[in-house]
Amino acid sequence: MKLGNYILRRAAMLVPVLLGVLVLIFVIAYVIPADPARAWAGQRAREEQVQALEERYHLNDPIHVQVYTYLKNVILHFDLGVSPTTGRPVRDDLKAFFPATFELALCAFVLAIALGIPLGVVSALRRNRPADHFSRIVALTGVSTPLFWLALILQFVFYFKLGWLPAMGRSTIDITRYTGFVLVDSVLNWNWTAFGDAAIHMILPAATLAFYSMGYLVRITRGSMLEVLEAEYVVTAKAKGLPRRVVIYRHALKNAIIPPLTVLGVEFGWLLGGTVLLETIFAWPGMGRYAAGSIVMVDLPAVVGYTLIVALVMLLSNLVVDILYSVIDPRIRVGGKGR
Amino acid sequence: MEAKEDLLVVDRLKTQFFTYGGVVEALDEVSFEIEKGEIFGLVGESGCGKSVTATSILGLVSKPGRVISGRILLDGEDLLRKSEREMNSIRGSRIAMIFQDPTSSLNPLFRIGYQVAEPYIHHQRRAKRKALSDATGILAKTGLPDADEKARNYPHELSGGMRQRAMIAMSLTCEPDLLIADEPTTNLDVTIGRQILDLVKDLQREFGASVLWITHDMAVVAQMCDRVGVMYAGSIVEKTDVRTLFRNAKHPYTERLLRAIPSAATSSDRLEEIPGSVPRLIHPPTGCRFHPRCDYAAPVCSETKPLEREVDPGHWVACHRFSGPKDGT
Ligand SMILES: Nc1ncnc2c1ncn2[C@@H]1O[C@H](COP(=O)(O)OP(=O)(O)O)[C@@H](O)[C@H]1O
Ligand code: SF4
Ligand SMILES: [Mg+2]
Repeated sequence: MKLGNYILRRAAMLVPVLLGVLVLIFVIAYVIPADPARAWAGQRAREEQVQALEERYHLNDPIHVQVYTYLKNVILHFDLGVSPTTGRPVRDDLKAFFPATFELALCAFVLAIALGIPLGVVSALRRNRPADHFSRIVALTGVSTPLFWLALILQFVFYFKLGWLPAMGRSTIDITRYTGFVLVDSVLNWNWTAFGDAAIHMILPAATLAFYSMGYLVRITRGSMLEVLEAEYVVTAKAKGLPRRVVIYRHALKNAIIPPLTVLGVEFGWLLGGTVLLETIFAWPGMGRYAAGSIVMVDLPAVVGYTLIVALVMLLSNLVVDILYSVIDPRIRVGGKGR
Repeated sequence: MEAKEDLLVVDRLKTQFFTYGGVVEALDEVSFEIEKGEIFGLVGESGCGKSVTATSILGLVSKPGRVISGRILLDGEDLLRKSEREMNSIRGSRIAMIFQDPTSSLNPLFRIGYQVAEPYIHHQRRAKRKALSDATGILAKTGLPDADEKARNYPHELSGGMRQRAMIAMSLTCEPDLLIADEPTTNLDVTIGRQILDLVKDLQREFGASVLWITHDMAVVAQMCDRVGVMYAGSIVEKTDVRTLFRNAKHPYTERLLRAIPSAATSSDRLEEIPGSVPRLIHPPTGCRFHPRCDYAAPVCSETKPLEREVDPGHWVACHRFSGPKDGT
């Protein structure tokens, strides 16, 4: 089938891209002008200690040898090295921290889509009317408010002033971990108190994280919907005497959804990256906070491992988006060329 | 005697666009009527208001535009007094339209068959499966080869000519009383265009519909139409049967148009070789809008707008040169 072929082709393309990304991340991380071994050993370490670390982490080898060794370990053993600061394998650290971050990013993602796209559509349909002005203000605020500032404001209002929502941490109730995703695990434990607790902890960080993406989606959706509403095939649909809801929600929306859809893959990657700062503010025990700490410590294996995971998720989410895109738009399946 | 025969009467139709640059007086009291079973041609240079006439009839004038005054009678009922809901039940069912560019007029994301079937589904409440198979039937009727397979294709998988056949099929689904065709062959190459002309003419005979045929091409008018209205800058300046138009045109603008026809009827070149340019309709010329380009312009021409006069039975001209003795109306 044509669609199946297309998906296979796109998935196969992922392999060389991922290899390239890996090399790039590694090289960039290791050529930065810092003295990692000294940072790891500490300010007052003796010269021998620093040299020993350099030896152990092969920091004095030529860069291509380092890249080769690293790639070999990653590909053959999925071994991302040992973190010089925590002393544990980076792979294990990431495995422990990934679910918290992924869960947060996913909640923010769903929130951004669920609010951003409908608001954009309403905005276009009510162009220059109060609803439009409202959602445009929301969108503009979203894309122009710094994340940390918004986080602090929300914490101040909803935690400190009103006391409605917790501002720190991920949950306060201990449950058996199956997946590492608290919301999922609490359901698997059939523990609704834990679920409510986890959900309430999720609200502030997810809302903060979602705000930018939501604003961005409002803008893209609004613009695309306005353009599509003027398209000739929409005039055709009207000239056929179709009911307004069919004209708008079938003929127009299906076309208008494509531009916001195409940015979703990258958007998810951004959300994941956005957690570095956010998790520190909300004391969220995830991979973002781990990365923030590793960056400060010039913990190269940890930073490279983290970046690799983010890149991998970004590539996969783009793949999913491309597949969705090709399901909606039959013109994509032929590979951009007509028949 | 008039109302009996006429399917559509457009009476002093005035449509304007309220743009930031000013009011565009796109239609300035356009009047014409189309008899049952007749093909009426609307001809004129690009920008003279042909498409606006069509969208005004359908009640689909685009955004800053509005019908200001006039009447549009379909079988005696004024469409301008109908609610949006009533208009929606007329569009696609009693009045259907074929557009100039089948590529951008078909939705790229839906299969041809479904798009053709939609009027069946929404106007005639047919079940989807029945509607789809009926759509294949009418597609076959327009001479689309392998209609069964083509119905399952998307627009980008068809050629321009095939897409226009699909548009025609779509417009004929509910057997409309009036078919509006807005330059349906302009974007097609000559051979395909001629096939489309023949097709519409055949189907029009079979379905007995009246047709408003819009074109800028006099050769097409000669081939297709029974009667013609010649449009200039938002007004109909001459209106008569096709025979008279080609033998005994009166209006100076019509004369120009006829002289500008490409040598043989082979080419579909535009008519833009007429000296002078189409006036902007924000501040249109006073009096007769053609006076800046007219060889016969007299002082009165820039002062008062010439009214339409019936110079011979059924032959109407709006020009001060013909406003003489035959005044009675
Ligand atoms: N949406 C619009 N806004 C402003 N002016 C318009 C609009 N649509 C049409 N017009 C004006 O109406 C006039 C007639 O246009 P149209 O009917 O499309 O011409 P044509 O005879 O080529 O079909 C033109 O002068 C055009 O500038
Ligand atoms: S009214 Fe005057 S300007 Fe207009 S066409 Fe007739 S002669 Fe020419
Ligand atoms: Mg036009």
